[in-house]
Amino acid sequence: MATATAPIHATAHYHEEPTGVMSWLTTVDHKRIGVLYLYSALFFFLVGGLEALIIRMQLHGPNGTLVSAETYNQLFTMHGTTMIFLGVMPLSAAFFNFLIPLQIGARDVAFPRLNAFSYWVFILGGIFMNVSWLMAAAPDGGWFGYTPLTTRTYSPGLNIDFWAIGLQILGVSSLAAAFNFLTTIINMRAPGMNLMRMPMFTWMSFVVQFLLVLAFPVITIALVFLQFDRLFGTNFYTVSAGADPLLWQHLFWIFGHPEVYILILPAFGLVSEILPTFSRKPLFGYPVMVYSGILIGFLGFGVWAHHMFAVGMGPIPDTVFALTTMLIAIPTGVKIFNWIATMHGGALRFTTPMLFSIGLVALFTIGGISGIMHSSPPADLQQTDTYFIVAHFHYVLFGGSMMGIFGGIYFYFPKMFGRLMHEGLGKVHFWLMFIGMNLTFFPMHYAGLNGMPRRIYRYDADQGWDGFNAMSSWGSYLLAVGMLIFIFNFFRSRAAGRVSGNDPWGGSTLEWSIPSPPPDYNFAKLPTVTSRYPLWDVKSPELTSDIPHTREGDKDNRVKVAGSDTGANVHLSSTDRTHQPPEAPMHTETRLPSARALGIPMPLSTIKPLLVAIGIVIMFTGMLIRSHEISAMAAAAGQGSTMLSTIIIVAGVVMLVGSLYWWLLSPLEEHH
Amino acid sequence: MTASAHAPAPAHVHYTTTGLDNRKIAIWAFIGSECMLFASLISTYLIYKGKSRVGPYPHEPWTNPLTGQTQAGILDIPITSASTFVLLMSSLAMVLALAAVQNKHIPKPTRGDRILGSSQLWLFTTALLGAIFLGFQAFEFTAFVNEGLTIKTNLFGSTFFTLTGFHGAHVTVGVIWLVTLLFIDRRRNLGPADALNVDLCALYWHFVDVVWIAIFTLIYLIE
Repeated sequence: MATATAPIHATAHYHEEPTGVMSWLTTVDHKRIGVLYLYSALFFFLVGGLEALIIRMQLHGPNGTLVSAETYNQLFTMHGTTMIFLGVMPLSAAFFNFLIPLQIGARDVAFPRLNAFSYWVFILGGIFMNVSWLMAAAPDGGWFGYTPLTTRTYSPGLNIDFWAIGLQILGVSSLAAAFNFLTTIINMRAPGMNLMRMPMFTWMSFVVQFLLVLAFPVITIALVFLQFDRLFGTNFYTVSAGADPLLWQHLFWIFGHPEVYILILPAFGLVSEILPTFSRKPLFGYPVMVYSGILIGFLGFGVWAHHMFAVGMGPIPDTVFALTTMLIAIPTGVKIFNWIATMHGGALRFTTPMLFSIGLVALFTIGGISGIMHSSPPADLQQTDTYFIVAHFHYVLFGGSMMGIFGGIYFYFPKMFGRLMHEGLGKVHFWLMFIGMNLTFFPMHYAGLNGMPRRIYRYDADQGWDGFNAMSSWGSYLLAVGMLIFIFNFFRSRAAGRVSGNDPWGGSTLEWSIPSPPPDYNFAKLPTVTSRYPLWDVKSPELTSDIPHTREGDKDNRVKVAGSDTGANVHLSSTDRTHQPPEAPMHTETRLPSARALGIPMPLSTIKPLLVAIGIVIMFTGMLIRSHEISAMAAAAGQGSTMLSTIIIVAGVVMLVGSLYWWLLSPLEEHH
Repeated sequence: MTASAHAPAPAHVHYTTTGLDNRKIAIWAFIGSECMLFASLISTYLIYKGKSRVGPYPHEPWTNPLTGQTQAGILDIPITSASTFVLLMSSLAMVLALAAVQNKHIPKPTRGDRILGSSQLWLFTTALLGAIFLGFQAFEFTAFVNEGLTIKTNLFGSTFFTLTGFHGAHVTVGVIWLVTLLFIDRRRNLGPADALNVDLCALYWHFVDVVWIAIFTLIYLIE
């Protein structure tokens, strides 16, 4: 960039990307936090993949001897927990962070420091949970942690404490992020960006934030009960004291089923951005896509007990939950058909992101159909706890979420880093993934229907499972090779990929109107939006002639609340909008002046969110140590003390509260 | 088009879509989330109601097998009615505190106007009433433990102490928040420009109050 050679007095006038470790520890820029999420989540995705690979090696043939039963339990528990909470959710969060402000025409998220806080809590929580491996006490109760197996009576070790406390830490991160993005989407949209013009990724993310806000408190309470049972001897899950053995299952799945949609809807959103771009057609049935996303979110809270058909809830609950589960297939099917209709008659370009998106449409459909199969309780009784279920949810989460997310990575890589990923390697990666994925998971349908149970660490020969398991294992090795190619492609393209420019794909939404990578302030001037596809209006107006438009933007963007107009948007006068040259409603910068030169106030970098996050994790570590002290005291007939854990908890709380006050009492941005 | 063609936005005014401050929307999202938190706690209490294998029970009499004595239901409704009244009055004081901050610049000719317009007085009153409520709760917990009900005793003990304990923790956070506002008010006199900060605290405080109304009705009043 020009700033490298410019005189010192000129540096303030041009945008310069900060460098150095401190700049990352203190960043509050949503794009940099998004990149941090991306790297961290990909790392954990590899860890979870490695765990899966060991599982597949163990099950490659009958009577595998690679790992013990105890290690196997830890492997499948950590594989599930890692992929869900440390892989797919933060990968989605990477896109929430990077994309939502760009897509709605905002300079940052609503609360930049809270955003940094969410990331730091997430990464520290992920490390916390994986430290359990080093102590040979990785969680081993399944990602669903059913009680009473996970109570102290049956799981005396630290394994479950790592899991329960780790999930609490990650819940803090998810909730803080959800409040942030909910506010961002409601309140930070550029003028004219009304709800029915929002890009589909932002829409699906919007639904996901509601799910997070409403589902995470339930798992929080379920985990609090579990921790109280383990630490203080309460009776929430003590069946001998009269506790209902199904309480945990209900609370867990009231969270757990919305969680499924938390995992899949962002990928749906990404695919809904990619398919129209490479079909050169607006998304088919945009309003119906929005409504079906909302409907999936609503119905997602009313289907949880289909995970529990086998526990004997009785015919009425079974029927109700079977019907709601079948019902949720309708909005999901609508989405599938709308994607197909989007591609129909389009000028298709089979780029890597497009291939991954089509992969999602195909594979998610298979997973969706097997899902409808076990929405019927009699069928589910045959399938539950077999490999058929494993096949089903891997088609949904690997064939669905991960295909969509990989498509999103290839699609948005140029916007994040300014360079394109290598197409040839990308296609090799796609085909290895697609073939490997089907080879791994399709035989599991047969193994499951032939009676192979889940979570067994080995099986005898000649039960009709050998061939299917060998196929699954070979498939997983293909997936591993595909991932290696992806990693190579990622870093090679990061360093030496083709320079992409603002809009390498012919995109339609606001993020493609600004430089790649965007400057810290994103938009030198907040854009005014007049339709759903603002960039196509400029570049290819023939594509959007059927889409509703307003030439001047909305006459009045202000919402009157309780009769009073806050007047907060004074600097956006109506003349500002009407006098926009009609051929250029979008601005396209060629030079990148600095935020200071433009007079844009930017949030100050700060270490405080990291300090608060460290305080929280110290506090939770104290609880972990408390659990250890309690089991040590039980073993020594009441001898010992809880001094150490008390000190650590108090130290964590002091650091948390102190840093929080320091944070809240310091201004967000400098006023110049 | 270059940015220099347009006047830069004023540094301190941020455009928002709804015209509302971001924090106001976030606190509502937070309150929505908290509703699910308390809904889970209250549902668990109700699901486990009447399932305890041993006493003491909330409403039903119980004979202690060790002492042979029969004791009545453990919940003390008159005392809790008093603490409920205290908490509800704290919401009134909170409303007056917010109004006082919003109307700080309006002249106050009479003594009554000055009392009603004293944000410090009403912030202090709100915090004090919240603290009194916590005192009632500490008294109640101590009395229950003395009567033989701890968090370990039975399902009632576990659900009751966890639910009301969570609520008490929320009241504690609210009191700390109020005292912080009181300190800021003493230091630099909160005015209409700071009203949002008080408003956020008020929304939280009223929410905690509303939750208590639900708890008081469902746990104490309904047998």
